[in-house]
Amino acid sequence: MTETLAIKALCLSFGGQKVLDDVSLSVQPGERLALLGHNGAGKSTLFKTVLGFLRPCSGTVAVAGHAPGSDPAREAVNYLPEVVSFQRNLSGREVLSYFSGLRGTPKAEVSDLLARVGLLEAADRAVGAYSKGMRQRLGLAQALIGTPRLLLLDEPTSGLDPVSRHEFYEVIADAAARGSAVLLSSHGLEEVQDKTDRIAILARGRLTAEGTLAELAHRAGLPTTIRISARPGAADALHGEFGGRRINGCRLDLDCAQGAKVDLLARLGRHHDKLRDIDIAPPGLTDIYRHFSRTGPTENQT
Amino acid sequence: MSTRIGTVFGQELRQARRNLWVILATAVLGLFALALALFGAGQGSGLKVDVLTLTAVSLATLSVYLIPLIALLMSYDSISGEVERGSLALTFATPVRRWEVFVGKFLAQTVAVCVAILIAFGTVGCVIALLSETGQDGIFAWLRLMLTAGGLGAIFVGIGLMVSALTCRTARAAAAAVGVWLLLVVLYDVALLGAIMAAGEGIFATHVFPWLVIANPADAFRLYNLAMIDAAPVAGIDGLAQTLPFPPVAALAALGIWLVATIAIGSARTRRIVP
Repeated sequence: MTETLAIKALCLSFGGQKVLDDVSLSVQPGERLALLGHNGAGKSTLFKTVLGFLRPCSGTVAVAGHAPGSDPAREAVNYLPEVVSFQRNLSGREVLSYFSGLRGTPKAEVSDLLARVGLLEAADRAVGAYSKGMRQRLGLAQALIGTPRLLLLDEPTSGLDPVSRHEFYEVIADAAARGSAVLLSSHGLEEVQDKTDRIAILARGRLTAEGTLAELAHRAGLPTTIRISARPGAADALHGEFGGRRINGCRLDLDCAQGAKVDLLARLGRHHDKLRDIDIAPPGLTDIYRHFSRTGPTENQT
Repeated sequence: MSTRIGTVFGQELRQARRNLWVILATAVLGLFALALALFGAGQGSGLKVDVLTLTAVSLATLSVYLIPLIALLMSYDSISGEVERGSLALTFATPVRRWEVFVGKFLAQTVAVCVAILIAFGTVGCVIALLSETGQDGIFAWLRLMLTAGGLGAIFVGIGLMVSALTCRTARAAAAAVGVWLLLVVLYDVALLGAIMAAGEGIFATHVFPWLVIANPADAFRLYNLAMIDAAPVAGIDGLAQTLPFPPVAALAALGIWLVATIAIGSARTRRIVP
């Protein structure tokens, strides 16, 4: 049992409504898993269950092999909630010292953490004067106290500009390189592309997909769209030959399964005198994400 | 354990200082004590007690209103505010015990209230003692006042935190704190006066009424201070101070029970908060 976080068949209800339904997932040390889902899909609830704030109806959660909320589990896990505002009249250093004290870690670590998130210069200013990005980085520094074995980050980069977001993920990658297992939630695939090792998609409390981005794209089996611009007068003939959707007088969209792409292009090549241009649009990340957050888990078993 | 309580305590005390609560409370309490001292000095010559004793009596009556108000204002938002801001979730995610958070906050805010009382009443007490003829009784009365005022502050800090933990929402906690203050400090006395007038002389007046008075921490505080001063000029419910069916120290026991109860209920409730 090497997983830092192991969730098995987790169910949780609020007032008769199932918020989490048969969710199973695991995160290994040094691995980054992105949990995607709409607002209300159950991401925050899942985090609160891992923290031991909420009790599951059935199923098990183990943090480094311990029950959530137990002392060893709380020592292993660090958390950054979606919305947090620290006391405005305390300095960044005081905020970190406080959490360092609660975790019983050496105070000397605080300056190092402030440097890691780039807040060393602002360390002694009041948090009330921080920008949104700085406050979020302070939250991240707080989550890194004591080299956690499991990092829970609830939509850590929502509302950050692209540059801050990039720096944020660099710090997370650094933490993972030091051996922390990272579970972070997000709204979109674009954001976590290349930033996490695996992706899990949660829709209405059920896990609809889990794997690397390439695996998800393959499993979704979404068609590639080939956009054809025809020479004047040739559009009708092409439409008759290949079918597809007419966009306007000279444009035609063809849907094409992953494996049939080369074949179709070869056939199109034989009609090159009728073509003015060809565009190939592979399924985008948004399409993949929408595919999995719309369908139930049984519909996309391949 | 002790370091975690110490961490919460330190953070909370720092905030009480930064929010200027200590300075504000000290200024308000000091000014009122000074005003009462001047008033006492004006009429003191006609009575057989010294100015310090006289001021202690009137200050005991005034403190019943002021100290609970200050303590409630300081504490009512302490837990509910952190729930709303999301910072309590962070605290609870660490290995800290829930009761340690409650007790740490309680201790820090109690110290803040007590420091304000100590500075304000201590300074004014010294000024009176130096400027007027003061006997041993007067000094003891003043010390008793300061000590029990600190206890009263602690109880209402406990009540404020308990209300904060029970409501978990700032707006509701504020409403509840105002309600508690009105109920315990104002309405309770009015209701008791009404009851004693309606019941007249009898079992109620001699055996039930005194217990009802010390069941309220604010009344217990005042009753104890007045009962310990023989020559206190008293009126209304406080007339009871001279005909108590139990030793005045019972009032202190009532304060102790309140203190333990609020901390116990507040800590238990904090355990069940879902941040």
